[in-house]
Amino acid sequence: MDKVIVAENLSLAYSSDETIIKKVNFSINSGEFVFVTGASGSGKSTLLKSLYGALKPKEGSLVVGGVELKGVSSKKLNFLRKHIGIVFQDYKLVKEWTIEKNIMLPLIISGYDKTVTQNQVDSLLKHVRLKHQAGKYPLELSGGEQQRVAMARALAHNPILILADEPTGNLDEYSSQLIWNLLEGANQQLKTTVIVVTHHIPETMTIDYKHFHIEYGEIHAVN
Amino acid sequence: MQSIKNHLSLVVALLSILFSIQIFTIVDRSIEAYKEKLAMNYSMVVVSQKNLKTKELRKQHKLISYLEKLSPDSIIKKLDTGMSAKNIDFLKLTLPKFYKIKLTHFPTPSELEKLKKSILQIKGVKKIESFETTHNTTYKLLLLFKTVISTFSFAMIVVTVLLIFKELRIWQFKHNERMNIMGLFGAPVWLRSAVLFRLSIVDAFIASILGFVMFSIISSNKWVLDQFKTIGIEVVIFDPIFDFLFLLVIAVIVSILLATFIVLGHKEEV
Repeated sequence: MDKVIVAENLSLAYSSDETIIKKVNFSINSGEFVFVTGASGSGKSTLLKSLYGALKPKEGSLVVGGVELKGVSSKKLNFLRKHIGIVFQDYKLVKEWTIEKNIMLPLIISGYDKTVTQNQVDSLLKHVRLKHQAGKYPLELSGGEQQRVAMARALAHNPILILADEPTGNLDEYSSQLIWNLLEGANQQLKTTVIVVTHHIPETMTIDYKHFHIEYGEIHAVN
Repeated sequence: MQSIKNHLSLVVALLSILFSIQIFTIVDRSIEAYKEKLAMNYSMVVVSQKNLKTKELRKQHKLISYLEKLSPDSIIKKLDTGMSAKNIDFLKLTLPKFYKIKLTHFPTPSELEKLKKSILQIKGVKKIESFETTHNTTYKLLLLFKTVISTFSFAMIVVTVLLIFKELRIWQFKHNERMNIMGLFGAPVWLRSAVLFRLSIVDAFIASILGFVMFSIISSNKWVLDQFKTIGIEVVIFDPIFDFLFLLVIAVIVSILLATFIVLGHKEEV
């Protein structure tokens, strides 16, 4: 199986005096569903940030989708990000854009033509059950609806990898279940690799998954 | 509503820059027009033993427009105490020649000094009366007026630039979020900044059009036109093509600079 992520002796830090992740080794295969858990401040989100290149490795090597992120150029990083879908706890939607335009964003960046973009957005809006809200702005929606928009945006460009940082952290049970279903669906139907950083793995998970736990800057494979 | 408010803050700042520049331009044009008027009314008197010609003098100094011979009759009349016609003719021949010199434009004190020196070098020229004191007072008054207006315009531009920098910080905060989000999905810098540049160019156009309307109204205002008539000059207050294009270019440059500062100051959130 192809490896989507390979980390070797990877250390991550925000400043030179404090290392958050210390010389860890792990790899993730294409099509896997991975949970990363750990206590608050353990470095889960830090690890996720490094996977989309927002935080560069301090030491060691980190290869994502065939791109070495240590000393990566902005051109290569932009290329990689065009193949990644990211979901955040705080949604990170552009407030002055409509729901439709927010979902279009990765397609516009990747240079898809207008018809393809519109068809894809229509189908995603149906998929996340927000077709009737297309013209609204993010702040007019509930938290659960906003996260579904963020999910649709993450899926829009058929990414090879979806990274989700506590995607259900702010949601009620019903909305959380919808998000988990969407993530499972992307993994099962589209064979997209999914990495989710979370405090708790939902009990309702119906698919096989890999579980990493971070403690004291080290990563342990739980299963 | 919020969007209009955001546009308005930059448009108002740009408009006050354009206003200062146009006011300065109007004052500059008025001073030039007034200088021309002064030059038309101003002349020097040259006393020479031999005849002088305009061509000859113009060779000496380009500032000279033309030369006019003054008749000695009025002087002779004052001296006339029953002289015979023969004696008067003789007197006319022995009297030096008086010339009035007209200039192309109103000279600065240093130009006037140079001109006097070069005329005095001409053979036969004995004396020049330049009415320096009157000239210098008028010129200094003009300069003072120009300096006051320039200082006022400069101060207004400085205050506006400070306002724009404050606006820049708000824009930076506002656009950083969108630029960060676009960056997360691999948008290159030009695409992340495109909205910002488009917005600033739109604002520059709005400010220029408002400036155009404002100065078109001012330039056709009767009271304003009367003020210029009172001082006897005609000035183009606002040229709808040249001045508009000039203001538009200034507004576009300022807003593009503003957008560039924001893009350069943008740092990806970690």
